[in-house]
Amino acid sequence: MSTWHKVCRLEEIPLRGSRVVPHDEVSIAVFRTADDEVFALRDACPHKAGPLSQGIVHGHRVTCPLHGWNIELSSGEACAPDEGSTMTYPARVENGVVLLAL
Amino acid sequence: MQKQKLVVVGNGMAGIRTVEELLKLAPDLYDVTVFGAEPHPNYNRILLSPVLAGEMTLADIVLNDLDWYKGNGITLHTSKKVVKIDRIGRKVIAEDSTGATMETGYDRLLLATGSVPFMLPVPGNDLPGVIAYRDIADTEAMIATALTHKHAVVIGGGLLGLEAANGLKLRGMDVTVVHLGEWIMERQLDKPSADMLQASLESKGLKFLLGKQTEMLAANAAGRVCSIRFKDGAEIPADLVVMAAGIRPNSALAEASGLHCQRGVVVSDTLQTFDPRIYAVGECAAHRGIAYGLVAPLFEQAKVCANHLAQMGISRYQGSVTSTKLKVTGVDVFSAGNFTGGDGTEDIVLYDKSGGIYKRLVIENDRLVGAVLYGDTGDGGWYFQLLKEGRDVGSIRDHLMFGDAFTNNHVGDVGHAGNSKAAAMNDEAEVCGCNGVCKGTIVKAIREKGLFTLDDVRKHTKASSSCGSCTGLVEQILASTIGGAYQAADRTTKPMCGCTALTHGEVRAEIRGQKLLSLDDVFATLAWHTPDGCATCRPALNYYLISTWPHEAKDDPQSRFINERAHANIQKDGTYSVVPRMWGGLTTPDELRRIANVAEKYHIPTVKVTGGQRIDLLGVKKEDLPAVWKDLDMPSGHAYGKSIRTVKTCVGTEHCRFGTQQSMSMGVALEKMLFGMWSPHKVKLAVSGCPRNCSEAGIKDVGVIGVDSGWELYVAGNGGIKTEVAEFLCKVTTREEVLEYSAAFLQLYREEGWYLERTVHYVQRVGLDYVKQRVVADADNRKALHQRLLYALQGVIDPWRERLPGDGLPQLAAEFTPLPVPVETI
Repeated sequence: MSTWHKVCRLEEIPLRGSRVVPHDEVSIAVFRTADDEVFALRDACPHKAGPLSQGIVHGHRVTCPLHGWNIELSSGEACAPDEGSTMTYPARVENGVVLLAL
Repeated sequence: MQKQKLVVVGNGMAGIRTVEELLKLAPDLYDVTVFGAEPHPNYNRILLSPVLAGEMTLADIVLNDLDWYKGNGITLHTSKKVVKIDRIGRKVIAEDSTGATMETGYDRLLLATGSVPFMLPVPGNDLPGVIAYRDIADTEAMIATALTHKHAVVIGGGLLGLEAANGLKLRGMDVTVVHLGEWIMERQLDKPSADMLQASLESKGLKFLLGKQTEMLAANAAGRVCSIRFKDGAEIPADLVVMAAGIRPNSALAEASGLHCQRGVVVSDTLQTFDPRIYAVGECAAHRGIAYGLVAPLFEQAKVCANHLAQMGISRYQGSVTSTKLKVTGVDVFSAGNFTGGDGTEDIVLYDKSGGIYKRLVIENDRLVGAVLYGDTGDGGWYFQLLKEGRDVGSIRDHLMFGDAFTNNHVGDVGHAGNSKAAAMNDEAEVCGCNGVCKGTIVKAIREKGLFTLDDVRKHTKASSSCGSCTGLVEQILASTIGGAYQAADRTTKPMCGCTALTHGEVRAEIRGQKLLSLDDVFATLAWHTPDGCATCRPALNYYLISTWPHEAKDDPQSRFINERAHANIQKDGTYSVVPRMWGGLTTPDELRRIANVAEKYHIPTVKVTGGQRIDLLGVKKEDLPAVWKDLDMPSGHAYGKSIRTVKTCVGTEHCRFGTQQSMSMGVALEKMLFGMWSPHKVKLAVSGCPRNCSEAGIKDVGVIGVDSGWELYVAGNGGIKTEVAEFLCKVTTREEVLEYSAAFLQLYREEGWYLERTVHYVQRVGLDYVKQRVVADADNRKALHQRLLYALQGVIDPWRERLPGDGLPQLAAEFTPLPVPVETI
């Protein structure tokens, strides 16, 4: 049963960027897109577990810094023709605070 | 909102590619209906020859299966031919084989009716056994006939005719090729190369009758064709006659509906016909007087047409310069431009008859205007580039025939075991050493996924997508697998990325001309297709902005690749490497102690000496970086950036018994001048104290070699991928001149280079003569370039030590500190 957790204030995440949240063995990357939407994904690329949090964010996608795979932030799916996905977590903003369901 | 109706007449490669491009841009704008006269979904017509030859099956060559149409909500009517366009009522009327008709209304109409084969207007041309070679039905007819009949005659000795003849021979028929012209494939080959090709095909059993004009085709008692008679009275048996004598644009429907046609449906640069609701693409369209028959121009047309159907209105098709790279029954052939020569041109010819190689280059006014290569086409792409760019080849004329590798001092591409001919490699041979992709995988992907371009292969197999030194091999594999369809991408017109149609050069010019100062300015002013770019264009644009308008443009850390944002190199496990700066490769005991202490304190697993004459600490956790920098108390080595990296030195006259100049202090002075410089790609320098060149300055972006009377300057070398020797720029006398000339050359590169071009690529593109003119001959320009570089570097910050508000550096907390463990909300 997952519950909502407070992560940070929205402005603590750089626009078109991300911050890393410790969680179990693999951290969670929380992204903030140019239109102020937030997404949370396991910080591991489906290709070779590269840290997606370090990638360039564009639109609602991030490009993994290790080998350039593009990942859809909303679904965690790699963009065609690459195949694979990483786990996503529900995330939202309420009163300027970023919340994550864990 | 109600969808508009798009009707596509024709279910071939050009029309369906347009629909694919349209779906990428505006998937919900139209209800799409496609009418195809054939009973099949869209298939790769170019691969009919391998099907005829028994190398592939019909199922292999389908590009879009029925599920694709269904999944994209496209209504497909196969075996239905559109027989009338009612432009006033805005509808088409289509007929099936029974004669039953149906009507469909349209808001926009796309004509993609392709070509009709030219059937010789001779008596008997409609007898059973006389066919064209255009579609699956023709191919199946040929395969069936080969089982029951013996004599095949192919009329037409062009590429299509030769492929048909080859396929029929392989199927066991006795084949004669009849050709009107003096030699075969006269549109791609000159006589000597055509003669060589013919000899090679004759050795496989094909027979040729050249300069022959057909008079009539005779029938036997059963009414089937049985012989072919020529105007000179000769006659040979023929159970199957294949007309491969040319194609004509299929514009009858368009003409009947009142559209302006002239050897094809006339279209504008937006692929629109004279009726603004009607577009035409592909072989049926005549653009600026040309109806293209190669697939690459048609795909370009499809992209532009889709842009306009999607109501974006910003693309323009201005025609294509084409080259032909083919594999005709095992022989490689390449041709481009005016390869027959004529008044005012000169020829350079290499003719090795027994070796099976013929190359002819046609030059006019010091420019390459045509080329034909037979047997060895490895340099085809390079000649084509020279031809398209219209580059002055006067200075390399003597080497031109020996190819790219010889002329440009390529010592080697690595990563593919020295192979330079893909045809000689077997399927298990590794083509791409970076990604471990073998030849068989590439061929399979090209066939199964219907790939046409280098970019397609890169995306689907990863081959050639990392360092790029196997690109030549991959292009050869493409050419031999898809034959006439392959068109090498033209670097000079290639868009920056998928977000725009503009090239690097055009974007740079706009940023300068319109004084654009931020990424948002660029996206808005240049009508970017995406809201905030992509991982390819954002770093490039960021560099163009800050290098064109230093101290004015906004530097966006979120648009820099992670290495530059974190000022350290990311490793495969998400840790980083730290390389402190050692000016000129010199250090002190105190620095070494600090490095050793830091390595122990932070439990850094690996300490390595780098090729750049400094030390690398590998395996540092990201959150430890700011503390590591503080404890090291050494400047950033910028080992992570598209920037100045190092200035290597050898000992020089300070100690060395051979030294003629003080190379160590010269190197340090250069490095201090260039500290913090961003550039289109990494820049590495070296200074040697004498011609023994112990610092390997000969493979550097700028190499400085001390001689007794001064310093020699070399530029555009490259030590890594594709080792390149630097070229001599000039000789100077004083240390101040070394600094001034080096700065001027690097500033020229900074202002004009395209992102990810090393200096070697930049100089190959603009020519060393141009560089010499701007940096050596024009002293005023040189001094101005030098000053502009110094201005750009004024106030440069060491990111390891300082941060100022608004300087574009990410805040330490946001970049380097993870968030705390989340707290459950109540």
